[in-house]
Amino acid sequence: MIRVVLPFHLRNLARVDGEVEIDVASPVTVRAILDALEARYPVLRGTVRDHDTLKRRPFIRFFACKEDLSLEPPDTLLPGEIVSGAEPFLIVGAMAGG
Amino acid sequence: MSKVRVLAGTKKGAFILTADGKRKDWKVSGPHFAGWEIYHLKGSAADPDRIYASQTSGWFGQIIQRSDDGGKTWNTPGSSPDELKGPEGMPKGESNKFVYEGEVGKHLWYDGTQHPWEFKRIWHIEPSLTDPDTAYAGAEDAAIFKTTDGGKTWKELSGLRKTKSHLWQPGAGGMGVHTILLDPKNEKRIYIAISAGGCFRTDDAGKTWKPITRGLKSPYELPDPDAEVGHCVHRITLHPSRPDVLFMQKHWDVLRTDDAGEQWNEVSGNLPADFGFPIDVHAHEPETIYVVPITSDSLHYPPEGKLRVYRSKTGGNEWEPLTKGLPQKDCYVNVLRDAMAVDSLDKCGIYFGTTGGQVYGSADGGNSWNAIVRDLPAVYSVEVQTLP
Repeated sequence: MIRVVLPFHLRNLARVDGEVEIDVASPVTVRAILDALEARYPVLRGTVRDHDTLKRRPFIRFFACKEDLSLEPPDTLLPGEIVSGAEPFLIVGAMAGG
Repeated sequence: MSKVRVLAGTKKGAFILTADGKRKDWKVSGPHFAGWEIYHLKGSAADPDRIYASQTSGWFGQIIQRSDDGGKTWNTPGSSPDELKGPEGMPKGESNKFVYEGEVGKHLWYDGTQHPWEFKRIWHIEPSLTDPDTAYAGAEDAAIFKTTDGGKTWKELSGLRKTKSHLWQPGAGGMGVHTILLDPKNEKRIYIAISAGGCFRTDDAGKTWKPITRGLKSPYELPDPDAEVGHCVHRITLHPSRPDVLFMQKHWDVLRTDDAGEQWNEVSGNLPADFGFPIDVHAHEPETIYVVPITSDSLHYPPEGKLRVYRSKTGGNEWEPLTKGLPQKDCYVNVLRDAMAVDSLDKCGIYFGTTGGQVYGSADGGNSWNAIVRDLPAVYSVEVQTLP
């Protein structure tokens, strides 16, 4: 089971509290996690990545095991701690600045 | 007794204000979609409990919300368990999917080059006058979309972007379709307006469109006096009994047409400033119109710090200030283009919202005003429903 932490507004949109846990087929990658997340919560389609191009939205970041994976190719294998559920996969709204 | 429901979209959520026909005691519901920008909400004339909302965010993009119980509960259209599966059992979740039809195409960019269309958000949703499941959505970058399944899916009416769109160029506020007017006497006729794009009409239900800008003069924005597109139209409105007569608040100038946009004539008359954003028509008097003068394109606040609605009972040219109940000193708010609406009670009610978070209402055609709420986030849009 993969643990995913969503930002506040996406938790509200998906109507979930706290972390979500989803089954993700191996190999576990960012793309695989997002595919599974969107299958479970279709309302999130288009909010994290583009509907068609599947490119990450500009102000969304992906963190795992204290690393920023936002710029990694979406098929990069994720660390074992994410796969085992020891660590959550974080989807983060980038800071607004100002 | 009749009642009214005011729908306010703000920078940080939606608010629903309700009152009985006296319009004195108001209940405030919200924020709905707290923390999200709500560009616009509008109820269906065919089913007042059906309300569409455009919810948007710089982080998470566009969401369409729909209520089927007058704003008590909301769902993204098509999100019930049965609706979520496609023929292959895959989730659809396409209510927020706005894809430009065919080749994306390009429009004029700031540096004179051609720039690809990029969907940013929905500025305005206009429900059909007869079918609760049909609605139109005005997008930035400028395009018009249509749903016929209650907002589950949207399809572009791409003929609009074939209308000299290579010459459309965004202004600083973005290039969005902000006004959609459906002709109540001719279901194939639609008017739309685009900031820094102009004004257009279709007579074949959206297949083809033509610019309707003859008579508009924009010497400070468009040096070509005969430019068909590129005029910064801020708002157009019509009275349902006379859909060939339209009124316009342009970047500068207030204008009217009596022939469905074939020729516009300026009716700014004695306004203290003919710059502004909203314009609306009295529910029962087609020649009575309202504007809120703003100082200039450089100073987006009321002249002299006095918030005044101006009313013309002669279809323009002769204007009177309406000030009773409105701040007459130290007021530096703006009133945005989609932030004025009228109800259809016997004594027509007028409502408008400000960037300072006030929603003002008048229950006597504008003679006197009260603040329904004073401290909302910046108000982007105001619509009103008159309910039995």
